[in-house]
Amino acid sequence: MTRATDRAFAAGVAALAMLVPLTLAAIALLIVIDAWPSVTTFGLSYLTTTVWDPVKLVFGAGAYVYGTLVTTTLAVLLAVPVAVGAAIYLTEFAPRRLRGPVSYVIELLAYIPSIVYGLWGFFILVPLMRSQVEPALQATLGRLPVIGRLFSGPPVGLDLLTGGVILAIMILPILLAVTREVLLAVPPTQREAMIGLGATRWEAVSRAVLPYARPGIVGGAVLGVARAFGETMAVTLVVGNSSREISGSLFTPGYTMASAIANQFTEADSDLYFSAIVEIALVLLLVAIAVNTVARLLIRRAMAGRPAGAVV
Amino acid sequence: MSAAVTGAVPSPFAAARHRVSARRRAVERIVTTLLLVATVLSVALLVTILGYVIQRGLPALDLDFFTQRPKPFGEAGGGVGPALVGTLLLAAVSGAIAIPVGIAAAIFVVEYHSGRFAATVRFAAELIAGLPSIVVGVFVWAFLVRSVIGHYAGLAGAIALAIIMVPIVARTVEEVLRLVPHSLREAALALGAPRWRVVLRVVLPTARAGVVTAAVLALARSAGETAPLLLTTLGNQFFSTDLLQPMAALPLQIYQYAVAPYDDWHTKAWGTSLVLVIVIGLVALALRLAMRDRVR
Repeated sequence: MTRATDRAFAAGVAALAMLVPLTLAAIALLIVIDAWPSVTTFGLSYLTTTVWDPVKLVFGAGAYVYGTLVTTTLAVLLAVPVAVGAAIYLTEFAPRRLRGPVSYVIELLAYIPSIVYGLWGFFILVPLMRSQVEPALQATLGRLPVIGRLFSGPPVGLDLLTGGVILAIMILPILLAVTREVLLAVPPTQREAMIGLGATRWEAVSRAVLPYARPGIVGGAVLGVARAFGETMAVTLVVGNSSREISGSLFTPGYTMASAIANQFTEADSDLYFSAIVEIALVLLLVAIAVNTVARLLIRRAMAGRPAGAVV
Repeated sequence: MSAAVTGAVPSPFAAARHRVSARRRAVERIVTTLLLVATVLSVALLVTILGYVIQRGLPALDLDFFTQRPKPFGEAGGGVGPALVGTLLLAAVSGAIAIPVGIAAAIFVVEYHSGRFAATVRFAAELIAGLPSIVVGVFVWAFLVRSVIGHYAGLAGAIALAIIMVPIVARTVEEVLRLVPHSLREAALALGAPRWRVVLRVVLPTARAGVVTAAVLALARSAGETAPLLLTTLGNQFFSTDLLQPMAALPLQIYQYAVAPYDDWHTKAWGTSLVLVIVIGLVALALRLAMRDRVR
């Protein structure tokens, strides 16, 4: 009787737990099936061409891929220095009593829903970028020979640059949390040895702590990439969603893969159009799996020797 | 300065040391300042965004805003009643699905050392956690909205949210289960308790605070999801508790108000954001309190 109950309980737990890999398999399978007509029709040119024409039924997601790459790269370039800087300050320099509370406050940023970032971006950030930031960038960096091209064209506000900025704000908390965990995992003896040799705090941090923590910080940045490129609503509201041409300027309205799905999903009026949209989801799925796997391997290596836990 | 400290005749070495240490001190000061700036900037971003939501959202809030349904443009008043009901209902249903599955996955991984299977469950949960939420939306649309249910429905949205929540619950519960001392399990087993009793009566009650934390964390994370709901529940201007019909939700309501060209609706979008942030804030506060209990 007891043994039967035990077996039934174990089976029930196993069945519920198996729902997790089954769901993942179902997601992958269904998306591959639905994307297949588009995959076989357009092949690899789907990723490199930029003609997206629902009337002639020719689909190339190149512009969406480009928009995603540009906004994600910008987000990481902007967010990593701030997040890593704040994490270093909060683990190594800040008054001990402030460390926990201030970290908690910054991590609250992660609780703000994507749509609220979108609303704030649309009504506050976009006008600010259009009237202040972008003209200022144009007047300074825009005059430089090669980089200047990035800042050419009329400052519209609804563009790739603003998309990158909003994404940077959104990935800040995860970057900060991971970096903090990794820095806290560095053995105190690393710091103490340097300080004992007469190093200043920053010298100890830069030469004994950061090298030790580097794989974990890189892992955190990769995790930030994973968050940024699949982010939908906030980017959709600020990135412009109009241009389908690739130009070198950050001031051009763009489109990201996720926002293309959100905007066009309900408009698909033919099977091939629908399939082409699902193929975007397929690309996101594959990249997500690859990027997350790399990030977790890096972070795990940095946290090795420390009990499991942490934010990731 | 260092010459003054030694008090002796300054030697050439002391002078050299003085120069180096001044440079090092300057570097130290500059770096600390830069790091402080990064910290202040991060905090300022949070304060700014929340400040705008409160400042622009407060004028929209009154009793009607919570109880009325959205009115067509031109009619005064109107609120987010259906969206509030929808969000709470979606949270209840998605939680009812995701919390048992997540806890079971954690028990499976920690309590039944099933080797390769456990690793598979764990890895799958990590990968699902890393999926963009819109991909989950596309899947649920293709699976439920198109095939099983046949149209947009609250239930489809709840399942999409549940898929997003399961990995959060599983991972957090896994952590707390690992904190339960082995001696407790061994004591119970030695007394002749069967495994299922050990799990349900000894391990889970010991980890209760952590399990609650996991559930609350998952609910807080999923309450603001918009993209998957856009493809599954669609939104609704009317009160509806029918899970098989399109359903309103706060994030969808914000989107609809925000993209409309009317100032009044924009104010309502800020108001709705404030309501959503308050809902999530209360949940996060509960979370913080639960965590503090766990530490004690």
